[in-house]
Amino acid sequence: MKRPIALLSLACLAGGFLLLRMEAQEASHHHALPPGYTQGSGEILLCDGATRVMIPPNQVFDRETAQKYSDELMELWMQKHPEKEWIMAAAAPAPSPAPTPQKPKEPGKEKATQFEIYNDFSDRDQRIWQEEYDKFVAEGNRIFHNAEAFGGTVGISCDMCHPNGANTHAETYPKYQVQIQRVVLLRDMINWCLEHPTKAKPLADDDPRLRAMEAYIMAQRAGKTMAPNKH
Amino acid sequence: MAARHKSVETKYYEMRDKLITSLPRLDRRDFFKVMGATGMAAAIKGLFPPHSFQLLEVANAMPLPAKGDAVEKFTFAYISDSHLYEEKLNDQFIRAIMRGIDDVNRLDPQPDFVLFGGDLAQLGQAAELEIGAQLLKEVKAPIKMMVGEHDWYLDMGAKWKELFGEPNYSFDHKGVHFVVLNSVVEKDFWTARGLTPMERMKTVAGLDNSAQSAFEVGEVQRMWMQQDLAKVDKSTPVIVFSHSPLYKYYRNWNFWTDDADEVQALLRPFEHVTVIHGHTHQVLTNRIDNMHFHGVLSTAWPWPYAPEGLPKYTVQMSRANPFDPQDACGTGQVTVNTDGLCDMVYNLWDRNPMHVRASYLKSMGKKDKPEAPTFSSY
Ligand code: HEC
Repeated sequence: MKRPIALLSLACLAGGFLLLRMEAQEASHHHALPPGYTQGSGEILLCDGATRVMIPPNQVFDRETAQKYSDELMELWMQKHPEKEWIMAAAAPAPSPAPTPQKPKEPGKEKATQFEIYNDFSDRDQRIWQEEYDKFVAEGNRIFHNAEAFGGTVGISCDMCHPNGANTHAETYPKYQVQIQRVVLLRDMINWCLEHPTKAKPLADDDPRLRAMEAYIMAQRAGKTMAPNKH
Repeated sequence: MAARHKSVETKYYEMRDKLITSLPRLDRRDFFKVMGATGMAAAIKGLFPPHSFQLLEVANAMPLPAKGDAVEKFTFAYISDSHLYEEKLNDQFIRAIMRGIDDVNRLDPQPDFVLFGGDLAQLGQAAELEIGAQLLKEVKAPIKMMVGEHDWYLDMGAKWKELFGEPNYSFDHKGVHFVVLNSVVEKDFWTARGLTPMERMKTVAGLDNSAQSAFEVGEVQRMWMQQDLAKVDKSTPVIVFSHSPLYKYYRNWNFWTDDADEVQALLRPFEHVTVIHGHTHQVLTNRIDNMHFHGVLSTAWPWPYAPEGLPKYTVQMSRANPFDPQDACGTGQVTVNTDGLCDMVYNLWDRNPMHVRASYLKSMGKKDKPEAPTFSSY
């Protein structure tokens, strides 16, 4: 029989929580213990369902020990993941501010309206949104600056002609492009520049690289007045 | 350029120049006799090849000005910022510099020399610099080389110096004192970060990569410059070639020289100073007191104007048309007037040329304002 004894939250990983499940291995007459395990030892299983560490019998769990096991698990997990650097970077500064104190309700209006509930997000929420947004834009920034990342074949990246996204004019789309002879969206012009100056293959509309570059370009033009069809 | 990289033509013209200057100088009366004999030739100059012997002889019949004397009007041309890759990766920039070389070789009369404004290579690789050196041999007029950051930061200038010699030097030409600088010296940002030479190169090559340091001329070169200029009469016009603009335009893209103030201080005592620079890939015009500044075009690609800091005298070139890969690129000619100040011709490919005249800056922008662009940046 298995008895769950602890559910530990370890680290915020790429926006979600990495959960640890600790299970005590009860002595069983029917199942052989795995090698290295003794009667009464337990194990901690990572939420990937595969990475685990053994815990000696009667282990006392204070803060330090918990940290030690979680480090060990993370270490094991990272060894299995070649993309670990990216995931590490994403996991790095997790926002975990204290819960925002609720605004005091006006007397007689204790019951929140639907609008207030919808609008009732905390600083923590906003920080998470900001972080997610920054990550998306940073990925666009990376691709924009790296011919290999978007499949350029002549060593030319977008920043060579558009430093800091200059002259990309995201706010002017959609607009009629005379040379393409139709109204195009920002992503169509990105694709045009991909195909021509950088000699890459155009990307599908839902390609994450195109989406990220679009995000980067729009971020560079933050604050500009929308001016569709401006030339 | 190092001697072994002179083209056959360059060597021929140098030899011929030597022969002509070794002939006894003609006095004024003899000069007119030569003029008479060559008058017809001069009249039908257009029918002669660019280096018509008669024309050169006429030019040489005038006494060479001593220091401080009036300058003899002359022209030079420029090719700049070719950013060459190896042909197997990208032949587009190679074709572009070849177009630039054709431009200057077709000039009639030929310019006295051709300035190469830096960034011959894209990533400072030996093969890129060698292709560049090879191609520049096709230039008929003598070449004056200047270095750019793209030539330097892979091997810290080793290959470039092997091909072209020291990056800073000075020379006198027809009464003007020329100073060529390496203005792309950066403080060490790479050692502490443990960057490989290629990582260092790519960091510097990224115009908007803020991980690098700011360009400067640096103390060593400023001292050299001070000593060099000490020998020059203050009324002698000075023309400086620097890769980056010798003033502060836009720090984020290194459209900037960090010790510009110190360098300008060295130039301030002179009556007329002109700085011709590369790096910005755009028509760029500035004046600070006695100093006039002109940016030059790239053969590889144009750069947008920076979002702030644009000098007020600059009349922008039109925004580039992305559907024409060579639009807003080009080469140019510089006419050095008798006061040493320069008339710039921006020979924009596939467009009308733009003229930025010395009189425009001399009149503080009141006279001869260049024509406004049809498509300005926003
Ligand atoms: C060789 C130079 C060059 C390269 C490389 C280049 N572009 Fe462009 N691109 C241009 C020029 C020139 C324009 C026109 C700019 C203008 O209108 O001011 C342009 C226009 C654009 C526009 C539309 C701007 C407008 O005003 O409508 C977008 C978007 C764009 N480029 C994105 C990209 C992206 C993304 C890349 C990389 C895949 C890229 N470009 C690579 C030269 C280049």
